[in-house]
Amino acid sequence: MANKFDLNDDSVAVVIGSGAGGGTLATELALKGVKVVCLEAGGRHEIEDFINDEWASFGQLAWTDMRMTSGSWRVSKNFPNLPAWIVKSVGGSTVHWAGASIRFQEHEFKTRTVYGEVKGANLLDWPVTLKEMEPWYAKAEDRMGVTRTNGIPGLPGNNNYKVLEAGAKKLGYKEVHTGRMAINSQPRDGRGACQQIGFCFQGCKSGAKWSTLYAEIPKGEKTGNLEVRTNCHVYKIEHDNSGKVTGVVYFDKDGKSQRQKARLVAVAGNSIESPRLLLLSASGKYPKGLANSSDQVGRNYMRHMTGSVYATFANPVRMWRGTTMAGIVQDESIHDPKRGFVGGYEMETLSLGIPFMAAFLDPGSWGREFTTALDAYEYMAGMWLVGEDMPQASNRVTLHGKVKDKHGLPVPNVNFDDHANDLAMRDHAYERGVAIYEAAGATRVFPTAPYPSTHNLGTCRMSKRPEDGVVNAYGRTHDIKNLFVSDGSQFTTGGAENPTLTIVALALRQADHIVGLMTKREI
Amino acid sequence: MEQILNFHQPQRRTFIQTSVAASVSLAVFGLVNQSEAWALEVKALSPSEAKTMLQLCRDIYPHDRIGDEFYAVAVKGIDSKAQKDSKFKKQLTDGLKDLDARAQKGFKKAYVNVGWEIERNKVLQQIENTAFFQSIRGDLVVSLYNQEGVWPVFGYEGESASKGGYINRGFNDLKWL
Repeated sequence: MANKFDLNDDSVAVVIGSGAGGGTLATELALKGVKVVCLEAGGRHEIEDFINDEWASFGQLAWTDMRMTSGSWRVSKNFPNLPAWIVKSVGGSTVHWAGASIRFQEHEFKTRTVYGEVKGANLLDWPVTLKEMEPWYAKAEDRMGVTRTNGIPGLPGNNNYKVLEAGAKKLGYKEVHTGRMAINSQPRDGRGACQQIGFCFQGCKSGAKWSTLYAEIPKGEKTGNLEVRTNCHVYKIEHDNSGKVTGVVYFDKDGKSQRQKARLVAVAGNSIESPRLLLLSASGKYPKGLANSSDQVGRNYMRHMTGSVYATFANPVRMWRGTTMAGIVQDESIHDPKRGFVGGYEMETLSLGIPFMAAFLDPGSWGREFTTALDAYEYMAGMWLVGEDMPQASNRVTLHGKVKDKHGLPVPNVNFDDHANDLAMRDHAYERGVAIYEAAGATRVFPTAPYPSTHNLGTCRMSKRPEDGVVNAYGRTHDIKNLFVSDGSQFTTGGAENPTLTIVALALRQADHIVGLMTKREI
Repeated sequence: MEQILNFHQPQRRTFIQTSVAASVSLAVFGLVNQSEAWALEVKALSPSEAKTMLQLCRDIYPHDRIGDEFYAVAVKGIDSKAQKDSKFKKQLTDGLKDLDARAQKGFKKAYVNVGWEIERNKVLQQIENTAFFQSIRGDLVVSLYNQEGVWPVFGYEGESASKGGYINRGFNDLKWL
């Protein structure tokens, strides 16, 4: 099938990646009349292709290209070649996300100011404030159909939520509800209401959950301005002598190298692949990689303080029935250093099926300690703890010195160590999670170590001063005027909240900014 | 998938079609009797090795309400892999030999004849950090638990979309709180 836009058409915008950042940006630019070529490394799996089966779905959707890990984090020990569980398919991780759509809090945009200096942490204020983000958050919430906004009712709570709610309320927690979710509680935007299928992580087969795959990209394609090319892996961004980006080279579905010229390039490959690409694009003029005069490309990798708590009860719960993230306790998301750490965390319900529970409840464990836990699966409730982890310069994505991928390119290595603040926060969160479940009558509790990261942030961070980061307040790289970053790697700090809503809000704002620059002929 | 769960790096990735393999294997033999469970088709392992492997698999992930036929599916998968990979086969046969040697040393019996699980566990604790043990365990975590046939033992209901999800099938039917 011939390309819609010519490879030599240098008037197109090239967007790399089709997820929350790339998919939203590509669509919004197209809606505004800009010609866009969106290059997606993965295939295109639509709603009818999704599989309600954890391992089969993982094989279909997950990014499993070889990756390496190092550092003291437990993910490196348990899953040395799977630092992240993200999606390689049109829609990116918006295909498998749980739908939680919460705004950052005001202080989370200025942690260096509010938390002060935290030893060993590379804290920095964002170059944008909550006030500036508010109109874009509002646009994103309307776009995505977030419950509890825009007159959209909250979703009903499933059994797993009922347990969380009962325990949390007994302890006196106040901010307990079924969440602000980008999942239709009633039909909206041509998509149906949630059927409580319970396989959110495997792609929403009712389409109730927002995803760029079916809620954004088709709208962009309908304008005639958006071309999505699948199985196209970009391996280098090219520039001219002045340093301006001129296009990208990628391996197409047949493994052939192709060059697409571009007026501008936006990188949105998620926070491991985006810095990898900038580093792989090193040249004579940019020996440290593109947009890397600050040496911050790949650094400050954050994955949120995470962990889970599962608990068994004397009566059945059947937590697998219904939405995976069915509710939340937000009281601990505040900044209250009296607890022994800066920043806060959210507590959100979580459920896994038997296949994944066996793999992730306690990786490496065997024998009766483990199997008696699984035997009580029907009586089990679960929650996921997600909080602000500290950016550290040494937590970083680099090009591996030895291991190469199937194209002969160095694979990324993710190096990570927990900061003392992360450990203190996690311990507190485990204790509170256990307390909630015990208040609800738990007979046995299981604090569970972090999984391969589903939230990956910070590796091309925003900064006011070029020497502190990679991009400015609009995701435009400090070094190269027509090179942008559009995914979660822009995050200066991680906040306590799930990142997707902020990524979408930033993408909408960035699209608006890019069109302004194009109109003024600045790019 | 089992490669992702192994603790040794780096490895070539292979994805096993466990659910397909499982259903084919169950069709091959309809045996429930424990004494015949290893009459299943093993080619790389000897019948005696298969018997030891079966007990080892159950001891790694003991579920008293899961019949031998499901552990046997896992053993058959391991045997198929050993048929294609001579290095892996050697790791298996060496590991099983070592297992029996340790059982003899501690209990004067072959591993399968050590009567109490708690005693067999003492042998396993000696080898739990070996590549042999970890590779069996890593395989089993998918090959055992990804069999649809074992899910009812845990109450797990599996695929849901074609049944209309759980909105009318008890997603919020909890009454005891």
